[in-house]
Amino acid sequence: MLRLPQFEVVAPESVADVVTALQRPGARVIAGGTDILPNLKHHLGTPQHPAELPPVLVSLSRVTALRGVALDEAAGVLRIGAGVTLSQLSEHPEVQRRFPSLSQSAGAVASPPIRNMGTIGGNVNLDTRCRYVNQTHFWREALGGGCLKSEGNVCHVVPGGRNCVAAMSSDNVPVLISLDATIVQAGPEGVRELPIEEFYKADGLAHTNAKPGEVTTELRVPLPKGPRRSHYIKWSVRKSIDFPLVSVALRFDLGEDEATVAAVKVVVGVLGSKPRTLSKLDDVVGKKFGDPAVARMVSDAAYAQCKPLENVPYEAAYRRDMIRVYTRRAIEALAASAE
Amino acid sequence: MSPAAIMLSMTVNGEPVQVAAPPHWTLLEVLRYRLDLIGSKQGCDKGDCGACTVQIDGVPQLACLTLAIHAEGRAVTTVEGLGLLAGGVHPLQDAFDRHTAAQCGFCTPGILLSAEALLRKRGREVSRAEVCEALAGNLCRCTGYTKIIDAVVDASRVMAGANTQEAGRGE
Repeated sequence: MLRLPQFEVVAPESVADVVTALQRPGARVIAGGTDILPNLKHHLGTPQHPAELPPVLVSLSRVTALRGVALDEAAGVLRIGAGVTLSQLSEHPEVQRRFPSLSQSAGAVASPPIRNMGTIGGNVNLDTRCRYVNQTHFWREALGGGCLKSEGNVCHVVPGGRNCVAAMSSDNVPVLISLDATIVQAGPEGVRELPIEEFYKADGLAHTNAKPGEVTTELRVPLPKGPRRSHYIKWSVRKSIDFPLVSVALRFDLGEDEATVAAVKVVVGVLGSKPRTLSKLDDVVGKKFGDPAVARMVSDAAYAQCKPLENVPYEAAYRRDMIRVYTRRAIEALAASAE
Repeated sequence: MSPAAIMLSMTVNGEPVQVAAPPHWTLLEVLRYRLDLIGSKQGCDKGDCGACTVQIDGVPQLACLTLAIHAEGRAVTTVEGLGLLAGGVHPLQDAFDRHTAAQCGFCTPGILLSAEALLRKRGREVSRAEVCEALAGNLCRCTGYTKIIDAVVDASRVMAGANTQEAGRGE
């Protein structure tokens, strides 16, 4: 039995009241609860203050305004409320039709009951984890008293390391970055929208650019302007429940002939606390999507640019190989299915 | 000083219930330690195993990761209420009995509630692949999955047959 620490819960009905409630010292947001509650049961507090447990949780359960998915043709975006559950997102007809990779990633999170609870707003704010911190307090004590992200001051992944390298293992974040999505944050200073790619930073203790007292209210995904092939790759120990060991989001925008690559964006997750967008893919543009060279060039670039750490199970060298293998196979399968 | 207890109103297995609990308690703790509904099991207690699966407004969710306060005003179904849905023994329970699908039985309550939601959603005979997908969040450490899947498929067949008979009677 894992007991939660004591806290108070408030459940406002509007975003404005949530923002007000978050002004209370130590207040934290709870939506589906599938990330924060296991962490609190493990006695992991806020990322910045691991030992400091929140005295009050601000629940989004009554904020009905956050629960819709709306197609905004005028603005050219799909608006996804932060309170939409991962099941709803994965099964939404517009998401399935226009953003297959997002439907796949939302449907790949953990297990069916967790997807019925967890929200997309919670998933993009998923705390970073590593194999040494996603453990009970008892387990961490046996390790000699935790690490940088819990109650200790050492890193077990990078000996002597002073920076936390816990992994950002959200399935949806690499996909949303690959789709050029934006994230909407409401806080005491008002509402702001920023590219989700700029929301993350390479610090396992504070891996987002959320300002104090902010809550995520919406995600906006630009509608494709032409033919597109997209796919989400997840390799994990088991096919259900587990966090990814390798995660890659693929997006190929094609020309009007539906065969020539016009633009490509590939984002790799589960490296450190910030997903990596591959660079140097310009040579792929102009090639036929079915050309075997495309799969080879992209998977080779993924191998060259991604260096996994020993922060999740399996050896880093093996996971690096698997990034290349899974990327190549996925592109080959996409090309075959398009023919 | 610990935060004051909260009074919750919800429907549990069709009955309106009022219960007081500390705000940091989970729905699972309220069910087991306030309402004596110990059918929902406390396994890993952190969302890995699915032994605590209950239905909230008909949707399978993990009671160990649901704050009790989040069940306020909602309808909770546990394994104790499963028979009520069918007016006696649920066809799933009957099929689990006939197929010996419960070994130690610890995962069974959660599996029954995940399976019931699948059968209700589909409303027809289901495939083994559909059952595997729907039960992907429920671990059985006796690893008796084969008989569990057999039982769920069989129950869906029985229920689809019953629906056909009822439709026939209505004509």
